[in-house]
Amino acid sequence: MLDRLTFPQPYLSLLLFIVWQFLSNGVSGASIVMGLILAWLIPQITRGFWPERRAFVNAWKLPGYIGIVLLDIVVASVSVAKLILGGREPKSIFVSYPLELEHPLAIAILASTISLTPGTVSADVSDDNKLLLIHALDADNADEVISSIRERYERRLKEMFQ
Amino acid sequence: MMTIALQITIGMVVIAALLNVYRLIKGPDAPDRVLALDTLYINAIGLIILLGITLGTRLYLESALLIAVMGFVGTVALAKYLKRGSVIE
Amino acid sequence: MSTIAEYAIVILLLTGGFFTLVGAIGLARLPDFYSRLHGPTKATTVGIGSIVMASVVFFSTRGEGIGISEVLIVVFLFITAPVSANIMAKAAMHMGIDPAKGTRGHPWDQ
Repeated sequence: MLDRLTFPQPYLSLLLFIVWQFLSNGVSGASIVMGLILAWLIPQITRGFWPERRAFVNAWKLPGYIGIVLLDIVVASVSVAKLILGGREPKSIFVSYPLELEHPLAIAILASTISLTPGTVSADVSDDNKLLLIHALDADNADEVISSIRERYERRLKEMFQ
Repeated sequence: MMTIALQITIGMVVIAALLNVYRLIKGPDAPDRVLALDTLYINAIGLIILLGITLGTRLYLESALLIAVMGFVGTVALAKYLKRGSVIE
Repeated sequence: MSTIAEYAIVILLLTGGFFTLVGAIGLARLPDFYSRLHGPTKATTVGIGSIVMASVVFFSTRGEGIGISEVLIVVFLFITAPVSANIMAKAAMHMGIDPAKGTRGHPWDQ
């Protein structure tokens, strides 16, 4: 009974509380009370869905990673815009990317990053979490795609999830 | 100058929405239509934000947020239906 | 409103409109479903991101406080766009839609 009163996912609770303050147009007494109730209630309701493994050993590296991803989005958008407006047929390729990450959350973040940066979309993860299927819009060969993703994103994520 | 830029932007987003409607009608397969609908709701969010700037009010932002949430749920439900034949198993 | 803010708003608006339009052109023009999938993710990330940043700049220079709801819209779109792209690609592969001629590699069939 006592563990029903705790916050089983402290980071999730903090995030929910902050998002509720943003949504309610300015911090007030009512929004703080409601935010606390939601931050307690939602993790309690959904606790069965959350995996037990601890994530984010080096969470302080996350802002730098987000900055790199945003920069890449802008740079890659321009090249994809050139390709779309250029009239040339794109040379598409499906790549099977061998994953070095093991944590499910790390794989989810990597797949989201790949989909967000224009030019590549992650299409599927194999059942044993070893391979990621990537569709690249315009690439010369598979090794180029694999090495650029490994250098830029996966290495940094590995440092975060030791 | 800002008014002109606003009108040009609204024009570009409307043309984008028309191109999405073209893809929605043409298909050729069901996933293409789902994709067109997905892009269409994202363009609708852009149009609502542009409308808010034009009228100088922030009232419409809440509805843009709602469209974002509902559009995502709709896309996932449609794609799941195409994949499995049912939404809730 | 200061001139710098106005220039920033104009640039952000035009960038947003341009990338939204490019995403839609890609959706209409590209040959197969898997390459069309690239259009919406781009329109979402850069296009709507720029338009929303223009809105943030506009309302904060009018002295109505910094717009937080706008930022929530962008964060939500950035989180959901990869998920919907992924699930649509899975549905397409499940239905056995063929990639265009000239695509190297092949989708899995699991």
